[in-house]
Amino acid sequence: MSLLFEKPGILTTVQDLGRPGYRRFGINPSGVMDRCASRLVNILVGNDETEAVVEMHFPAAQIVFESDSIFAIGGADLGAEIDGEAIENWRPTFAAKHTTLKFTRKNSGHRAYLAVSGGFKLEKWLGSASTNLTACVGGVGGRKLVAGDILELRQTHTRPNRDISHVKVSTSLLPFYSRFPTVRITAGAEYQLLSEVGRELLTGQDLTITNTSDRMGFRLSGEPISLSKPLELLSSAVDFGTIQLLPDGQLIVLMADHQTTGGYPRIAHVISQDLPLMAQLGPGDKVGFHLIEHAEAEQLAIDFERELRFFRVGCKFQAQTWTK
Amino acid sequence: MDRDASHRIFPLGDSALTVEFGNVITPELNQKAIALANCIENSPFPGLIETVPAYTTTTIFYDLVEVRRSFSEFPTAFEAVNRIASDMVAGLDESPPDDSRLVEISVIFDRESEFDLGHVANEHGLSIDQVIDIFTSTAYRLYMLGFLPGFSYMGEVDERIATPRKETPRTLVPKGSIGIAGKQTGIYSLASPGGWQIIGRTEVEMFTPNNDSPTYLDAGDEVRFIEAK
Repeated sequence: MSLLFEKPGILTTVQDLGRPGYRRFGINPSGVMDRCASRLVNILVGNDETEAVVEMHFPAAQIVFESDSIFAIGGADLGAEIDGEAIENWRPTFAAKHTTLKFTRKNSGHRAYLAVSGGFKLEKWLGSASTNLTACVGGVGGRKLVAGDILELRQTHTRPNRDISHVKVSTSLLPFYSRFPTVRITAGAEYQLLSEVGRELLTGQDLTITNTSDRMGFRLSGEPISLSKPLELLSSAVDFGTIQLLPDGQLIVLMADHQTTGGYPRIAHVISQDLPLMAQLGPGDKVGFHLIEHAEAEQLAIDFERELRFFRVGCKFQAQTWTK
Repeated sequence: MDRDASHRIFPLGDSALTVEFGNVITPELNQKAIALANCIENSPFPGLIETVPAYTTTTIFYDLVEVRRSFSEFPTAFEAVNRIASDMVAGLDESPPDDSRLVEISVIFDRESEFDLGHVANEHGLSIDQVIDIFTSTAYRLYMLGFLPGFSYMGEVDERIATPRKETPRTLVPKGSIGIAGKQTGIYSLASPGGWQIIGRTEVEMFTPNNDSPTYLDAGDEVRFIEAK
């Protein structure tokens, strides 16, 4: 009952929804970049949505199923194939023992998520299976996966006697992924200190994701933005989605592996609902920001949770019919 | 925003808010931040995820859906948590705690090292021994942990040896390095890129992932450096 990583891929890690509760010790929560994709693929295979998943970039891993399993892939579309047969994203899929999962081309997005029904057998650190690459703990040995790594599964499945792939995530639940998304933001503590021109530049230009962008943060490049007067801040907590203004007038969006504290001006924050759109961007992609009210950002998150609840109930019911 | 001049409260995105007591580094403001964080952790509200005290701020992270469900009388989760935080600030015990720990840390000052002990001495026209004497003659307050797991921000370093960060950060500062940045001092709990002036190192493990308490030090501690003989 396991997955064998024949090829590890460029940056493949085990992640879950993160490790809350330890930021005050400088330990950031880590976790998946695209929380929505991770939750959805887990729900599709009947897992608790906090279950660990495999996060992959392109080139992605080549994985052998060493037992009959049910899995789902979501997030980026990296041209998944099982023994040469194309697999669609966002559907539960059966994989027979000894078949091989490959990712053949980068169709869209930057991070794909693999969930396996029943989940992985992993030791948790501080309550989470997420890999913390800075501290070299969590996940599998605190590192990215290497060739020959094996992830033990908690469950095996016999081949279902009917097609299980007719279940698909409804489009209303899927983030509006794009290589040039409009991402909604709310004003940050220092937004008011932007010059008039600075405010226009924040939302009125296309910003390019630069090469110095990783799981810690995305550096954006655009026409420089300035404050109405220079400002020095004391270090204070920051979060996934915090948009900071660097001294050179460029912006950085903090991502899943961000440091716990920072001292650059907090110009704005990507709303929780749109973080998955950011998470699927890579170098060369562009983003435009759209400022909304705080209350609207909260309502969008609440509406999504309500809709997700129905989907979760449906998938749980479906998964109960699978033979183990 | 709260009208009380002693602090202001602002959202940090849609799932956290920050209470700011000021913008200068003082033990008093830092004590307020730590006290508020502890107060919230000791009587958590439904939806609380965690609190992060920093120099002069406490940030409260929460599950906005859970907060809205539990405090439906408020129009937003932010307003609900804002109210909880404001009430707690008003009830904070301002007296300094008498239980702050004093921790002694043994430091190796390598007089021949490739690091910055010599540079700090030169910058201030002091001998290396004078720098060490000045550095080890004060107890430092640990204001906050951040940057890396277990990295400590401490102050204040004596004016006579305070030295700005390096213009070009090192790509790798070894684990256990003790650095100076302006009037701050800190210990690199892990090997990391970094720009602080490195003057010594300790062999005490600042971060042990599998301990019940993974960091050796905590905010509010008083730290004294002792030269290892």
